[in-house]
Amino acid sequence: MNEIIYDVNIKMSEMITAHPGLATMLGRFGLSLGFGDKSVKDVCASRGVSVDFFLLMCNVYNNESYLPSMDDLLATDMSGLVPYLQLSHTYYAGKRLPHIEHHLHHIAEQMPQRVAGVFMRFFAEYRDEVTAHFHYEEKNVFPHIVSLQNGEAGTDYRIKDYLAAHSNIEDKLDDLLQIIFKYLPQSATGDDAVDVVYDILQLSADLKKHALIEEKILVPYVKTLEKKMS
Amino acid sequence: MKTRVLIVEPSQIIVEGLVHMLQDKPNIKLLSPEYNLQYLQERIVAGKPDVMLVNANMAAQAVKACGGKKIGVLGLVYQYVDPTTRSLFCDIVDIRDSGVAIVDKIVRAASYSSKPCEPTTDRYELTKRETTVLIEVAKGLTNKEIANKLNVSTYTVISHRKNIVSKTGIKSVAGLTVYALLNNLIDENVLE
Repeated sequence: MNEIIYDVNIKMSEMITAHPGLATMLGRFGLSLGFGDKSVKDVCASRGVSVDFFLLMCNVYNNESYLPSMDDLLATDMSGLVPYLQLSHTYYAGKRLPHIEHHLHHIAEQMPQRVAGVFMRFFAEYRDEVTAHFHYEEKNVFPHIVSLQNGEAGTDYRIKDYLAAHSNIEDKLDDLLQIIFKYLPQSATGDDAVDVVYDILQLSADLKKHALIEEKILVPYVKTLEKKMS
Repeated sequence: MKTRVLIVEPSQIIVEGLVHMLQDKPNIKLLSPEYNLQYLQERIVAGKPDVMLVNANMAAQAVKACGGKKIGVLGLVYQYVDPTTRSLFCDIVDIRDSGVAIVDKIVRAASYSSKPCEPTTDRYELTKRETTVLIEVAKGLTNKEIANKLNVSTYTVISHRKNIVSKTGIKSVAGLTVYALLNNLIDENVLE
């Protein structure tokens, strides 16, 4: 399925109403709420966002079976890709993970001390792993892409090294969910546990999309750019 | 042949929900439900159920009422139930199970009834051997180290680990360590 399911002329407010999940993405395009009755096209234009790129990402985000073809990618202004991924990282590492950690602290306070430490350490290790993963991409991958997109030769980095280094950062989050679902001591199963389950589910789904974008869009796209330059 | 099912459950909501889900199933014949244990033994003699769906809190008495008859006893679980109680049942029907899954479990339990009802480990519970392997994994040992320590092949360890992952739903070593601690399988001091 390769069709764009959104129309650039519908109101942005209608699109978000129909697909509230997209609201979390707006910030990653530098867009904010309060768009009045403007169309998707006009909202994007007012902030200098490529509407094609915006719709492409919305489709990927919202549509299980959608993956853009290489022709789609090459016909789209992809200059927003690196800023988008960068802002996603900022959102996960700066907002979501601290938020979840805060909840987990409350849960841990109700646990026997013996296990609370291990529980929190599990999360801290996960957070460090994710942060290192993001840092690697920001340091190695993003400058390379920007250089290629500017018509330069790219850095010394090669995208084929990327998949090898691309560790899975979703599994541990799923483990955390399983632990909370099944194995929390009865003393620690209050509202906090339920709240954090929602937060983790949302982050987990978001990170899976993020990984999909990186592996199925970014990698083939950059490979094509590298070929063009060589 | 239809599987004869007796529901033993004090909650009317649960009973009526189950009856509603099961009454039209072609392979199931529902006996009229029993809300308490008072006449259970007589009902079993008269109704000849193949499978009983029993409230987990009634486990011990219900199994006793079977009196060694060939009946598959399924536990009805809607909150935490301790492993010892769970082990009294052939299988567990969780309140969050889908209709399809429940029918499936009932039909499977009917095949247990070819054997006398006896406690089995349910398939979510780790076996003793799996628990032993889990403890070593949680301590940070590699498959090869575990194989040497337990005097089995690496292949066996891998197969135990697959079962551990599918039963606990936890994939990472760090996650399994938390699991082992929460279940008092290891002491946090062994980790340092």
